[in-house]
Order: sequence, then structure tokens, then C-alpha cells
Amino acid sequence: MDTIAAIWDTIFTNPWLHGLFFGIVIATVALTLVAWSIWFERKLAGRMQNRVGPVFVGPAGLLQPLADALKLMRKDFVVPREADKALFILSPVLLMFFALASLAVIPFGPDTVIADLDLGVLWVLAFAGLMLFPLWMAGWTSNNKYALFAGMRAVAQGISYEVPMLLMALVPVIYAGSFNLQDIVRYQADHSWFIVWPPGPGIVAFVIFFIASLAEGNRIPFDIPEAESELIAGVSVEYAGMSYGLFPFTEYLHSMIASAMASVLFLGGWSGPVFPGIHWMLLKTAILFTVILWMRWTLVRFRSDQLMRACWRWLVPISVVVVCAAAVLRYFLLAGGAP
Amino acid sequence: MPGKVPNALSGVELPDPHMDIEDYDPDADLMVLNMGPQHPSTHGVFRVKLIMDGEVIVKAVSYPGYLHRGVEKLMEKLTYAQITPIVDKNDYVSPMINEQAVNMAFEAALEVEVPRRARWIRTILAEMQRVASHLVALGTFTLDVGGAIGGGASIFMYTFRDRELILDLFEELTGCRFHYNTHTVGGQRHDIPAGWAGRAIEALKLIDQRLDEFFELVIANPIFQDRSDGVGILPRHLALGLGLGGPIGRASGVDLDLRRDAPYHCYDEIEVKVPTRTTGDCTARFMVRYEETRESLRIALAMLEGVPEGPICSRKAVNSAASVKIKDGEVYVGVESPRGELGTYLIAGGQGGQGPYRLKIRPPSLHAISVIPYLLPGNNISDAIAILGSLDPIMGEVDR
Repeated sequence: MDTIAAIWDTIFTNPWLHGLFFGIVIATVALTLVAWSIWFERKLAGRMQNRVGPVFVGPAGLLQPLADALKLMRKDFVVPREADKALFILSPVLLMFFALASLAVIPFGPDTVIADLDLGVLWVLAFAGLMLFPLWMAGWTSNNKYALFAGMRAVAQGISYEVPMLLMALVPVIYAGSFNLQDIVRYQADHSWFIVWPPGPGIVAFVIFFIASLAEGNRIPFDIPEAESELIAGVSVEYAGMSYGLFPFTEYLHSMIASAMASVLFLGGWSGPVFPGIHWMLLKTAILFTVILWMRWTLVRFRSDQLMRACWRWLVPISVVVVCAAAVLRYFLLAGGAP
Repeated sequence: MPGKVPNALSGVELPDPHMDIEDYDPDADLMVLNMGPQHPSTHGVFRVKLIMDGEVIVKAVSYPGYLHRGVEKLMEKLTYAQITPIVDKNDYVSPMINEQAVNMAFEAALEVEVPRRARWIRTILAEMQRVASHLVALGTFTLDVGGAIGGGASIFMYTFRDRELILDLFEELTGCRFHYNTHTVGGQRHDIPAGWAGRAIEALKLIDQRLDEFFELVIANPIFQDRSDGVGILPRHLALGLGLGGPIGRASGVDLDLRRDAPYHCYDEIEVKVPTRTTGDCTARFMVRYEETRESLRIALAMLEGVPEGPICSRKAVNSAASVKIKDGEVYVGVESPRGELGTYLIAGGQGGQGPYRLKIRPPSLHAISVIPYLLPGNNISDAIAILGSLDPIMGEVDR
């Protein structure tokens, strides 16, 4: 027992081993969760549409994600003749890499975090922004006009919605006085969730942040880059097999990270009574993720110009006002309080 | 700038569909985008060549013909009794009305009377088929604006669930879910089974209730309104000029409905309210279809209450083609299909008088897609898909 305790102790004290250990654990758990969240979505969508969803593979269709992955892996990987081969192959890999990288700083519990960075908020937002590059690469190198349209739409939409998203992520930063996600959660655990207190800016910021992260993650009603009924399959139209599979997979991962970020920034992250932190964190993330799915299977999508108008005409001005209000509130209400 | 056709009637300037692309801004970076024939949202195998300036369409050229089966030529070799099952496959979303159209033409040419009970049943079947067909149109339009993996698909599933109720009733009546072959020269092949009318009333009432839910979910949704309001405005003079009746024409203010204006079957015995709009955009077309569904449900429910007694066919069953009475002459019969006027022009006297010499079908969908070169330029791809969906073309009928 002593040896196990000693190994455990080493892992927790050495930052390198700590990062490696939790990196492997969290990435594995997250990828597994994403695979089964696809099952969950299909079941949920089935319920919403008077269907039963997947039922044949495994009990209640639970092994369906495995079957899907196996099917995709066995498929031929076709590179179009006129495509830029290197970038074409690289883009889904990069997409997956960037999505996983933003997982590194998300705190799942008081100690359960891969890297406790001081600039955690910026890290997540930076990688969310970087994800546009592989999308554009895929759109451009496919040498397909539909993919090109999708890539251009993705970049335009992503750049626009980053602005309100970044501004709204500033509100918890202003309140907590730190860019560190752990500090933000600890502050909320000590005081209150930012969505309820201080009253006002928190809830608006949460709603806008959630909307903007939906747009960033290309979910309905903002899934214009993918728009199957217009652009067939968006940037992934020329991809086959698992290289195609990485696109939807990343989309799910991205929505999950967006849900996790929203719960960390505004819903108190792992803070909660009785149960260990990780339960609360996963519960809050799961609820937000279900809301995303619920919206996806209910709403129709915007047109790209309407989307841009909504962003620049409404979300950005409101965000600026909310950030100013939050700063003023912080100055007067919390003056002298713990940073 | 694209050439414009001045319009004296409504003031709406429309792009010139025959514009020479060389006349367009020479500095523009144009791109040709092929939409179809394998594009998922062209409602069948239909190809539109789009010349794009960025994401804005400059010129649209439509290429139908991928589903051409030579049905009209085939009919010249068939007898009257053999034609009914063939026309089912033309407008495969409303086969009942196709059968009625050709059979009414045959009856007119052969001077065969149809008993009142048969005409009554035909009216009920036509209205139920109109409900089923409009449900498909409403569902596919939301699928086009909403996404095949998303909210649009949910609404599509709901409308197909409701349509299923009608298909079940048709299956019980005729034995087939789709290609019924239930009409014949002089009346009906299949009589209404016992209890069918009651079950039909129940099902139609259920659909009527569910349409309220549909209204809340779709039409009251601001995102949906943003997507369809003011998109693809079809002015009245163009609708008239291209021969568009049906929901598309009525949405542009062409107040024409053959059920009311030239009654056939038993439509003269019942009041038919014709919903119209004057805006002519996608919302108007959608709303006209929605209200027509309501109206058809009302008509069918009213007629199911009092089906008259009597024979369902005025002639003995046709056992051999030779037993059909021989007559020559030509006739045109138009019926109101869910897509507009479905015309049948028949020259009798082929095959020694047992079949048509020539049978020409006037498909409303062909006229519907003829507006594409006028409506698409100036819009982006998203709107083009919405416009195409709102026209609700059936390619089997366009190409025949």
C-alpha cells in the first residue's frame, strides 16, 4: 500500500507527471463520453421524432458508436485528385488536436485538471479560435466549391462570434479577478454562481456566451457552415472514412467543451454540496449539452447574413455594455471583498 | 448589373433569365456551381446550373429531364384500362389525383356517366390525397430551411407521421399504399369498406389537431419567419404568364381554383374556400398550403359524413380491352392537383380505338420550375434552396 500511496503522491506533486496522468485519463474519458453522447443524441432525437433511435447493436443500441467507428475505419480514405494532399489529410487531425487541447485547462474537480494555467480562459478561447484554421484548410484544399463555400462561411462566422464570446468570458474574469479557471470556480464556490450573483450581467453574459459558443461550434440554429440541405455536407463533403468521422466527432467534442466552459464560468463548475466536485461538473455539463441537443432538434437554421447581422448588431453591443456594467458592479459592490 | 425586364403590371423588377453572362460586370469573379442532379435538396433528380458572384446567384439555368421515362409515348401503346396504374408514377406524391385526371378524360371522351357515389368517393379521396401531399410539401420545406440533421428533420418526421394515417386508410381501401389503381373508366374499383368512414374521420380529426402543434412549432417560430419572409417574391403577372395556378399562383394573388371555378366530381355540392395571398413569397406559398390542408380536411370530414348510396361504377368490370366502346375525338380535362392544374389532353382512337392516339399531360410542377430562372438570381444559396422547396416540384411529373 505504501508504494501505491508513494506513487500517487509523486504523481500529484510532480507537475509533469500530474499533467501526463490526468491528460491521459481526461482525454480518454472525454473521447469515450463523446462517442456515447452521439448515441445519447440519436436516442433523444428518436424520442423527439416519434422514433426509437438505434436499437440493434448491443442492448438499447449502446454499442452503436463502436459499430459506427469500425465502419468508418474500414472505409477507403479517398483523396480527391486535385486536392492539396498534405493539407487535406492534416486538417481533420489538426481539428481534433485543437479541440482536445482546449480540454487541458478545464477543471473537473478541485485537483482534477490537466494543467492549472494562469491564463486558462485565454487558452480555451485561443484554441476555439484556432479551430477555424483546419476548417478553412479542409474547405480550401478539398477543391470542391461546396466545401469552399462552407469554409468561407465557417471562418466568417467563427471570427464574428469570437468577439461576443471573448467579451462575455471577461465577465467572470472581472468578478473573480483572475484568468485562472480554478480561481474562477473557487471564487464561485466561496461566494455564489456568477449567473445569480452579482445580479444582472451574469445571466446576460451566460446566455450570450452560450449562444456564441453554439455558433462557434456550428450547432443548429447556427450550423451554417455545415448546412446539409444547402452545402451537402459543408467542409467535410470530400472526406471519406474516419477522416470524415473526425469532423462530426470534433463537433460533439467542441459542444461538450463549450458546455463545460459555460458551467465553469457561470454555473460554479465543480462547486456543489454533498457529492464530490467531479459529479457536479459532469452534471452541469451534461445538462447544458442536452440543451444544445434539444435546440438542435427543434429549431431551423439562420441564413448566413442574418447570423452576421444578429452578431454585430445585437450581441456585440450588448456584450460591451454588459462588460462595462460588470466592471462597475465589481468596483462598487465587491469593493474590499476577496479578489 | 444583370439585365432587367421592366414590368408594367406590378412594378417588381425581375432579372432577365436569358441574360448573356458576358454583359455582367466584367470585373466580377464569377463561378459556376452545379446544384444537382445529386444534390439532396433538389427534390428528386433535378439540376440547376448557378452562375455565382461570391455567394450571390447571377444567373440560374435549370436542366430537368433526368427522370424522363417516356410515359406519354408508352401510353400510345396501352389501352385505357392499362393507363391508370402508369400515371400513378407521374406525381408520386398524389397518385389518386393523377388517376382521376386521366380517367375523367377517358370518361369525357367515351361519354361514360359516373354514378354519384363514385364521384363522391373520388372527391373524398382527392381531398385526403391533397392533405397527404401538402403535408409532404410542408415537411420538405422545413427540411430545406431547417437541416436534414436537426429541427427541420423533426418537423419532417411529424408531417410524415400524419401522412402515414392517410396512407393507412388508402391501403385499407385499395390494398396499396402508393400506386392505388383504384379508379377506372366509369367509376371506382374498390368500394368503401365497413367502418372505413368512421376511421377516416377519426384520423383526419387527429391530423387537424396536430396541425395546431405544427403551427406553433414552425410558422410561429421567428427564425422560420426570417428565413421565408420576403424570399423569392413571384409577382402576379409572372405567375399568370408562366401558367402557374395552384398554391404557387394563389400565393401570388392568382385567385384560381378549378374545384370552385370549374367544378368536377361533387365539388359543386360543397363550398370550397380558396385561400389566397398577395405577397408571393415563400411564406405566402407555405401559408397557402397550410390553409389548404385545413380546408381539405374540412371538406373531407364533411363529405365522409354523408356518402350517398348507389353503385360505384357505371359499367361492368372490363375483362378484356376489346369490350371498351370505341369512340374518336379529342378532349381536355383539367383537375386541381395539390400543385396546380393537372391537365390531360387526349386524342382518342389509338390501337383501333381501345386506347389513346395521343395523351398529353400538363404537369403543374413543370410550370412551377419554370420560374426558377426568374426567382433565383440575386439570392444566395440558402434562399435558392428555400425557393426551390417552396415550389414543391415533383420531378416524376416534370419529366414524365
